[in-house]
Amino acid sequence: MKRLTPKYNLSLALKQCCIALMLLPLSLLAGSIEEHEFDTPAQEAIYGQLIKELRCLVCQNQNLADSNADLAKDLRKKTYEMVKAGKTQDQITEFMITRYGDFVLYRPPVKSTTYLLWIGPFVFLLLALIGLIRFSRRKKQTTDTPSTDELNTAKQHLKDL
Amino acid sequence: MNKFLLPLLGFIVLVGFLAAGLKLDPKIIPSPLINKAAPIFSVPTLFAENETISTEKMLGKVWLMNVWASWCAACRVEHPLINALAEQNLIEIVGLNYKDERDKAKQWLKVFGNPYTTIAYDFPGDVGIDYGVYGVPESFLIDKHGQIRYKQIGPFTAQSIEEELLPLIHTLQAES
Repeated sequence: MKRLTPKYNLSLALKQCCIALMLLPLSLLAGSIEEHEFDTPAQEAIYGQLIKELRCLVCQNQNLADSNADLAKDLRKKTYEMVKAGKTQDQITEFMITRYGDFVLYRPPVKSTTYLLWIGPFVFLLLALIGLIRFSRRKKQTTDTPSTDELNTAKQHLKDL
Repeated sequence: MNKFLLPLLGFIVLVGFLAAGLKLDPKIIPSPLINKAAPIFSVPTLFAENETISTEKMLGKVWLMNVWASWCAACRVEHPLINALAEQNLIEIVGLNYKDERDKAKQWLKVFGNPYTTIAYDFPGDVGIDYGVYGVPESFLIDKHGQIRYKQIGPFTAQSIEEELLPLIHTLQAES
């Protein structure tokens, strides 16, 4: 009677499982990207960049490229039409900002209302660094110079040896 | 004493930020269109395909544009309030039927009532994009000069109508 080698089969099944799992995101992704034809590679590049940098307003943590929401589809279509009509990247970004505000951009522009947003993390980093330096200095001072009491007890211990 | 003062101050500042953050609603995105001219549109009406409605005809009066759709659940919640507002005969309410099917929209109005003087039919959603609509229902209050003065994101509540919309309607109508 032939016997199957279970170990081999198991590892094969695992491999197949892994491959299937790896391919799963691809099939999900395929649904959200429409096929578009562009006149020039430059236009295609602009389109690709724009849908990555524009936010989907319904599902706020996704960009237009990743989102399957109806509004995202419409805005992708609008972006495509404008790219095809020869609009520049700046013109299209401007079009979106006048309608949806700066929020539509994944990278907020640097201006007076967003200074805190841009500089804030560095301010905190600086404060933390200052705190760290002061803390380590203070610690060094206390460890470097033992009090006379400590010195005397240490000397006593050495004598006792 | 001094040792605890700095961390305490830091903690109080942090709590301040967190408390402010609790009150913010990330779903409400301030519209850049407030105090700007309402985007011009000319689209067919819901009930007659060959009739168009245009924003230019509305110049000289204060009007409310209510964006709705039959597929929008929150619109059902809001609709009785819009009906009640229409009954007061205070202001003209124009509907913008957004990305909807004509038959379904008409059926919906039959069931829930029609408070609108006219209804613009925006199947492709282009007017919606021009007005920065990202969630239905939304409403825009437009003054005599065709400027957007107020935007309601999401459904009105009895309170928001009473405390925000009605007083603003009165001030805008008093403007020359």
